Amino acid sequence: MNLLTDPVGASHFMAVGAVMFVCGVVCMATKRNGLGILMGIELVINGANLNFVAFGSEFLRRNPDYALGVDGQLIALFVIVLAAAEAAVALAIALNYYNNRATIDVDRADELKG
Amino acid sequence: MDYLPTILGAAVLLPLISFVVIVLFGAAMRKAHVPTHYIATGAILGSFVLSFTAMCIWLSTHGIPEVHEHDAHGHGGHEEHAAGSHSAGADHLGESLAEGKLVEKGQDSQFIALTDDDHKEGGVGKDHASAAHGPDYVADDWYTISPPGIPKMSIGYHIDTLTIVMFVMVTFIASCIHFYAGGYMHEELHDVTDHEVTLSDGKHLRRPGRFHRFFQYLSLFCFSMLGLVIAGNVLMVFVFWELVGVCSYFLIGFYIERKSASTAANKAFIMNRVGDFGMLIGLAALWASFGTFSFGDVDGQPGLFSLIRPAENQHQMTTKDGLVQVGGASTEGESGDDTTDANASNPASFSYGLLIVAGLGIFCGCVGKSAQFPLQTWLPDAMEGPTPVSALVHSATMVAAGVYLVGRFYPVFTPEVLLIIAYVGGITLFMAATIAIVATDIKRVLAFSTVSQLGYMMLALGMGGWIAGLFHLITHAFFKSLLFMCSGSVIHACHTNEMPQMGGLRKKMPWTAYTMLVGCLAIAGAGIPFLIGFSGYYSKDAIIAQAISFTDANPSHKILFFVAAGGAAITAFYMFRLWFLTFSGKPRDQHVYDHAHESPKVMYVPLVVLAVLAVAVGWSIPWGTDADSGNHKELGVTALLETARPAGTADGAGTGVNFDVTYPAEAASHAEEIHVMATLVAFGTAMAGFLLAFVMYGLQRISAEDAAKQFAPVYGFFRNKWYFDELYHILFFKPTHFVSKLVAKFDRRAIDWVVNGTAKVARKVSDTGDAIIDKGLVDGLVNLTAGWIYSVANWFRNVQTGKLRQYVLFIVLGTVVLFVLIEYSSFLNAGH
Repeated sequence: MNLLTDPVGASHFMAVGAVMFVCGVVCMATKRNGLGILMGIELVINGANLNFVAFGSEFLRRNPDYALGVDGQLIALFVIVLAAAEAAVALAIALNYYNNRATIDVDRADELKG
Repeated sequence: MDYLPTILGAAVLLPLISFVVIVLFGAAMRKAHVPTHYIATGAILGSFVLSFTAMCIWLSTHGIPEVHEHDAHGHGGHEEHAAGSHSAGADHLGESLAEGKLVEKGQDSQFIALTDDDHKEGGVGKDHASAAHGPDYVADDWYTISPPGIPKMSIGYHIDTLTIVMFVMVTFIASCIHFYAGGYMHEELHDVTDHEVTLSDGKHLRRPGRFHRFFQYLSLFCFSMLGLVIAGNVLMVFVFWELVGVCSYFLIGFYIERKSASTAANKAFIMNRVGDFGMLIGLAALWASFGTFSFGDVDGQPGLFSLIRPAENQHQMTTKDGLVQVGGASTEGESGDDTTDANASNPASFSYGLLIVAGLGIFCGCVGKSAQFPLQTWLPDAMEGPTPVSALVHSATMVAAGVYLVGRFYPVFTPEVLLIIAYVGGITLFMAATIAIVATDIKRVLAFSTVSQLGYMMLALGMGGWIAGLFHLITHAFFKSLLFMCSGSVIHACHTNEMPQMGGLRKKMPWTAYTMLVGCLAIAGAGIPFLIGFSGYYSKDAIIAQAISFTDANPSHKILFFVAAGGAAITAFYMFRLWFLTFSGKPRDQHVYDHAHESPKVMYVPLVVLAVLAVAVGWSIPWGTDADSGNHKELGVTALLETARPAGTADGAGTGVNFDVTYPAEAASHAEEIHVMATLVAFGTAMAGFLLAFVMYGLQRISAEDAAKQFAPVYGFFRNKWYFDELYHILFFKPTHFVSKLVAKFDRRAIDWVVNGTAKVARKVSDTGDAIIDKGLVDGLVNLTAGWIYSVANWFRNVQTGKLRQYVLFIVLGTVVLFVLIEYSSFLNAGH
């Protein structure tokens, strides 16, 4: 199977999602800036979300019976809502963190280490 | 007639109800100032009314007892008589067969009775109709305890005239005593200061009154006594026997704080246990050989009496050689219609020797309960109880239980046993009488007199005088309770028991004095010879006549006659000594005299009632003649008892196998010359005793002190009650004490040493075990595990670095590893 010659299907979406996911992970693993890490998280979440959307669509599956249908879309919606809520909480944490330390370098936050 | 068991059963249960009510509500009633004795007195009065009704019913169904002419024939009459009953043997056999049928039919109506027609059929044997048939009785079981398959144990009744006479006597005297006690015990209504108990701080004991408790025990006591009398089998007798014993224990120890009272209660209880031990052996012997406890025939099953004296053998004692034959007992146990027939033709087998054992065992129980030699020492000590108790427990009822049982068991006793009973009675009679001469405690004189009179009864029963002994039991109950209650009245007035501090009380308390005089006359057997007399006159005459008749037949046992006659003289002497010392002469203690006063009405009215009966209870009232036979009918205790005479004993209890003894028929003692001689002997001896007492204590011509000095050794011997307490102290107490000391020493030295040593060793072992196993092995293992877990956990601490990016890396790496693993495993699966 060749992604470049095949018609656009779930595999393409998965490839894009995977790229987005890995970008997000790398972003999380390399940034010391708290906001940067949050951005990475957004990328990871949306990368995963893309898969749900792709699996939900019966047009993108070679055998439409395998499609998740509306369920996939719904889960995607939930994930978006969760991401929004998470972003709100995380930004609040980041703000408080900044208030306390005048920085958002996450490496400095190691009081709870074992 | 059918109501009889119900009526008497109710009479038994009434005091029990009273007991339960007082137990439950007595304390509350005391607080509310409701007199408890109304309940108890009402209950026993109800029992008396019921018993009296029962007697009336019995008399109305059976007619007034007939008495055959005995005075006219003389001694010859007896021989004729014996010949007559022998010639009527064939008739007897026929009758007994007929009776056998009656027995089977009687199962429905629950009693075996012979109608008057049966009596009239008798013809020649008519005079001894009761002897040929056995006495009329009603017997059945109320409740069977034992499961089928083993010999029957049941709660049942056996009612004949003896039962009824005893019921009337017991309930009547108990009623009088309840009334009297209501007055006597009035102190107990409030808080009581016991002047005989000094506490450690020198003050007298002050305690709440125990009025309700007294009447509660009195009721229980009446219940047990009535239950004992109505009992239809020996086992039930034994149960109530023990109940009577425990009630007397409670009542003797009523003033429990007094050391003397509590020890007296213990003594009475333990002495009775000694007797009961023998009784248990007797019961076991009966159980083993007969497999039944019933007296009479119940539901067609033969009882003890018909097994020992079967009707086929003219009610003569029938025994077999050899020891117990178990077969008899085991077939007896299988209840069923087919076995009843088998039993009727093949009565349970038993041996003569075992019968002697059983008789002696039962008599052992009677010895304990009736305070006979050698267990007589408890009764005088039992005077520690309140006087109404002494009157009830120790004159009319409890001690009477022993005599009653001997009377009830009369058919079971072999001549050998009877002779032993006679000798035991004789010894007791003489010994107690001599002690009573020198006792100074007014109640103790009466106590020893009781023991002595009980000896009289046993003597009479043992000499074959069934009527004489039981007649004396009835008359004695009346005058002895009268005497006890009079003495209680004196004690109530004087607050002392010692006669040397009394004297001249006649003027202060006339009612008590003259009723007591009646009692003394009755017990001494006063009367105008051949005409009329107090109740004791008749019963004592009967006993002495029996003694003459018995010793005529057995000259080697002549001593029994002398004991009986001498006892009569001593009885008269000590009774009048008591009366003169208490009531006549000058006051010896002015202080006591000044404080003395007549008792309240509630106390002396019962005295008067009892005094009247003490005079009259021995009288037989002629009740016309029987139209058919011309025999006199008489209404009196003797005539009533005659109808209850056990089957086969009218012609004497037979001849001893192991001892040389022959029992003449009791009727023989009614012969003219014996009767005259007995009357003269009884009158002469009683008169001699009275005159001596009158001269010594009434006129004081002979100084009692001088006499005591003159016969100092004898006086001391009597005074110390023949040293029986000391003898028992040396014989039983000392060795027991010695042995227990030794055992205690052994306990401390040997057993304690072993126990302590074992403990030490065990401790050492466990210490070592603790050090090695627990501390070393177990603790080490636990600590090792803990340390290992600690170090592992400590290492894992390093993973948690607090660096966020590192965590992300771990997550990613973890995910990658997971993926790789899943891929690898699916690759492996695909490979297969």
